[in-house]
Amino acid sequence: MTIDTTTRSRNIEGRVGDSPLRPDGIAKLKGEFEYAQDLTAENMLWAATVRSPHPHARIVSIDIAPALAIGGVHAVLTADDVPGRATFGLEHPDQPVLAGTEVKFWGEPVAIVAAEDEATARSAARAVVVEYEVLDPLVDPQAADERDEVFRRMLIKNGDQKASGDVVVEGYYEVGMQDQAPLGMEAGLAVPDAQGGVDLYATSQFVHVDQEQVVASLGLRPDQVRSHPTGVGGAFGAREDVNLHIHLCLLALHTGQPVKMVYHRSESFTGHVHRHPARMWYRHEANRDGKLVRVEARILLDGGAYASTTSAVLANACYFAVGPYTCESVKVVGIGTRTNNPPCGAMRGFGAVQVCFAHEAQMDKLAARLGIDPIELRRLNVLTKGSPLATTGQPIDTPLPIHEILDSLVAMPMPDDRIPDDALSLPGGTGLTTSPSEVVRGVGYAVGIKNLGFSEGFDDYAQARVKLTNEGAIVETAAIEVGQGLVTVMAQIARTALGVSRAEVRFVDTSRIDSAGSTSASRQTQITGGATLEAATKLRDRILSLHSGDELDDEGVWRDGTLIVPMAQIVDQNFEETVTFRHPPTQPPDENGRGTIHADFALAGHRAVVDVDQELGLVRVVRIDTAQDVGRALNPESVRGQIEGGIMQGVGLAVMEELIVTDGVIRNPNFTDYLLPTILDAPDVESLLIEEDGSWGPFGAKGVGEPPTISSTAAIAAAIRDATGKPINRVPVRPQDIALA
Amino acid sequence: MRISHPTTVDDALATVTDETQFLAGGTDLMVEVNLGHRDPTDVMALRRIEELHTWEGNRIGSGVTWRRIERDGPKGLAEAARTVGSPQIRNAGTIGGNVATASPAGDGLPFLAAVDASIELRSSSGTRSLPWHQFFLGVKKTARRHDELIISVTLPEALPDRQAFGKVGVRNAMVIATVCCVVTRDTDGATHVALGSVAPTTMRATQAEEMISSISSPTDSDMTEFARLVGSEVKPITDHRSTEEYRRHASGVLARRLLERCLK
Amino acid sequence: MIVSFIVNGEEVAPRVSAPTSLLDVLRDELNLPGSKSACEQGECGSCSVILDGELVCSCLVMAADAEGSEVVTVEGLGEGAIHPVQQAMHEAGAVQCGFCTPGFVVAAANLFAANAHPTSAEIKEALAGNICRCTGYGAIIRAFQGLSDQTS
Repeated sequence: MTIDTTTRSRNIEGRVGDSPLRPDGIAKLKGEFEYAQDLTAENMLWAATVRSPHPHARIVSIDIAPALAIGGVHAVLTADDVPGRATFGLEHPDQPVLAGTEVKFWGEPVAIVAAEDEATARSAARAVVVEYEVLDPLVDPQAADERDEVFRRMLIKNGDQKASGDVVVEGYYEVGMQDQAPLGMEAGLAVPDAQGGVDLYATSQFVHVDQEQVVASLGLRPDQVRSHPTGVGGAFGAREDVNLHIHLCLLALHTGQPVKMVYHRSESFTGHVHRHPARMWYRHEANRDGKLVRVEARILLDGGAYASTTSAVLANACYFAVGPYTCESVKVVGIGTRTNNPPCGAMRGFGAVQVCFAHEAQMDKLAARLGIDPIELRRLNVLTKGSPLATTGQPIDTPLPIHEILDSLVAMPMPDDRIPDDALSLPGGTGLTTSPSEVVRGVGYAVGIKNLGFSEGFDDYAQARVKLTNEGAIVETAAIEVGQGLVTVMAQIARTALGVSRAEVRFVDTSRIDSAGSTSASRQTQITGGATLEAATKLRDRILSLHSGDELDDEGVWRDGTLIVPMAQIVDQNFEETVTFRHPPTQPPDENGRGTIHADFALAGHRAVVDVDQELGLVRVVRIDTAQDVGRALNPESVRGQIEGGIMQGVGLAVMEELIVTDGVIRNPNFTDYLLPTILDAPDVESLLIEEDGSWGPFGAKGVGEPPTISSTAAIAAAIRDATGKPINRVPVRPQDIALA
Repeated sequence: MRISHPTTVDDALATVTDETQFLAGGTDLMVEVNLGHRDPTDVMALRRIEELHTWEGNRIGSGVTWRRIERDGPKGLAEAARTVGSPQIRNAGTIGGNVATASPAGDGLPFLAAVDASIELRSSSGTRSLPWHQFFLGVKKTARRHDELIISVTLPEALPDRQAFGKVGVRNAMVIATVCCVVTRDTDGATHVALGSVAPTTMRATQAEEMISSISSPTDSDMTEFARLVGSEVKPITDHRSTEEYRRHASGVLARRLLERCLK
Repeated sequence: MIVSFIVNGEEVAPRVSAPTSLLDVLRDELNLPGSKSACEQGECGSCSVILDGELVCSCLVMAADAEGSEVVTVEGLGEGAIHPVQQAMHEAGAVQCGFCTPGFVVAAANLFAANAHPTSAEIKEALAGNICRCTGYGAIIRAFQGLSDQTS
């Protein structure tokens, strides 16, 4: 799309390429921004959830009478009270709204309660008597594979399957279960209308899919359920699936009163899906000159009890199993198992994170075997525009500046090589465990690739509406502002396309606009942004052609340098344009896992510098340098924020973040023991944005949210290997993996 | 729920009942309340009792916060104080609370064990002072009777010359100890080693102490033997935070490093 | 029972019936939802307030024990205008989802009130009890470093 930005409007502030401040920033800083947790309504009831204490059990009976007998309790609902479809699910509706006959994971909802205050609701939830017949949980994903308890099997075969190289390296890798741990816990408010319908205001990444699932399970007409975008305290994949949404609407319609629910942190850890733990077996074959000849991988992701997005995550892991490299012969086997472990689904990076840890370890191993510099080995094999993705064979038709990324990483200045001597900068921090003499430093590199937007033939679209009013341009969308800055960037797009300085984004409910798709897969800037750009451009063109003008700005329509229609007159005409934007079409895979499966790709590379106390196995990530393929940075400061935040989640996965699940039970569902990096764990980060034209995103923009999380973990693991010489085939790296290996 | 806010110890002790739940900084009790594990009905808030905030010489009032100790405490205890929770926790949490909760991972406790501190308890029937090892009985279990208030923690008149604290955790701040340790060494060579998170209560590694105390200038092999003894004396478990094997290993390494610091 | 204390300079007297936290009372009874609940156990700092001059987690303060105390919440900073720490965070792009933000604002305001020119190490140690999941802390550090450098 060409935007001939005229000289007159060129100097307005907050256009594409600028970094205007967040319009919601001050409200958030003053504590005035309204999150789902903060909502209230007249006559509001509070809800609570009864959860299974067993990972697998048959429900013998549920006695709700003791709960109903408590004063102030208005409703206790079980599976029998679900009027419509008994199950939900993003891809396959296999998860019960409330478990009726069998519970399949620890913490699965069995009943819901509404009462006059939160404490009463929680007491009532405790008073519900559920008799269980405890069954053996299936918790070993390999056993699940053997028993064919799987959500999806993938097989990708590309190229000559008999190809072999001079040198072979093999490896086995594991990734632990990471949690998105957004700071805002699941929360929502459902308000019944007087006609049997309901308005839902809840934490979400995708209000239209929430609405569809509420409609199905409540047995209502679509127009009776309106799901409203609401203030969300972070998401990272945790809010793509429904959790309290159907429950709240059931209770609201049952009681005829507004009902609010807020999960506690321990519930949040069971109430949303996690990043899939992975086991991965790899075999790389290469010629002596370093050219990859064949890659074989077997990737086992445990999906836990219900489907969620396991199929798509598994597919992504398989498609990106080789990484951003060409290879003429590939075989990837993928298994997404069904067990009685906590359900897993979307988290930032979506399958690409797990395999990046493995393929980058393999590349380093291969480099060492061949005696080639690891960066040089990557250069020899890089995937560039025009070449086919090693797995699917899809030719890459988007910019893929991997050479620039590798060159930049190598060229970026290294930190002072002196080990710091202040406690805060050493492994162990304020614990005063470590002196500089006990520290070894390591450096590691990794690059990663991922698709942008939805793939495999999914009809991925977003609708946006742009209006020109006396308050300036208004952009309407049902996309979700989860913190990433969509509220800023869509206004920038509107300002730039329309040539006006005032633009505002309004998040509207499902009845007022069609879907914006999911706020995931790094897709909103490209897709809802694309819709916004197209709508704004159409609006401008329409106004100009109506008045035969050649320029639009804050003052109005101009022709040959003369103002011919003032803005006041234009806004009186209530112009608006609504556009549905689709990315280039994709296809489902053929029987060998090949085809034009993805719409766009993005890359990032990371260089990690770590200090390791080998004897105690403690790590401090000193610095991460990164270069990222962003297409075009619509808001460079915002991109930097995504990069720094994404890297930190990679740091967490590398050295501390893991949900410990034994016998199907999460042992650390709290912030005392699920450790998120603190400001004292934050490395210095230097980021370089690599811009290159050619993506179909607005102004050539690519999604930027996920790439920072994909290869940062792998780079840190490589740096720990470099420092210690230990194999490090598992993340998070635990002290014993270094000290006792 | 009832709450009282006595301003003197006498007032407090005069109104204690079987139901009374003492509340100091709240950093342990309120976690239990928030998680629904406890629902006290009769609370006695202690933070208005001046005497409990008194810190005179070696006698630290039970209401003294970790923030104050971080600033003003003896080296080994101040270093421990700096690792207690977050700044917010250290502003509220007290030494008396740490002692009363008696967590195996209590960051402040190894120092008390290393210097043989005693705990002063008072009830309406009188005052008693228990040495730390008679006070801490098990995981979150102490010798405090229900009607007794922890008044102070008393350190010996003379503290060892050299003191060093260390805590192993996988985060650089705000982390429960995988292992924490205090080593003290006096001018005469007397060495004490106390560890947390490696046994049901804070413990001393007495064999290691005995071995190293008699050596005035330990050699490298003495240090290695010292570390080995510490690692063999601890009684750690494997749980979601770490493994028994690593905790043994880290106990030895950490004790040896802290001893090295004391010897410098 | 009725608990009387001062919040942001005003006397309040909410009715409290359980060992509820000050956080819950601020949010649910006193219409001050700026302090956020994100962990319930003092491990994230999102509920930070200043109680009698000390920075604490309001989730770990029993509301009934606030009797006679003085509390400052995020709503009480800046006296209607914007506080310098808020301005610094805004300009540095230190806000994303914003859920941790009020806690950082209160903790940083408390730090700068005591020390107008904290070093980088002092800033980090003072904020080590506040978890941010979005920003990776880079912009937060830049915000306060900048404020420390410019404050005179």
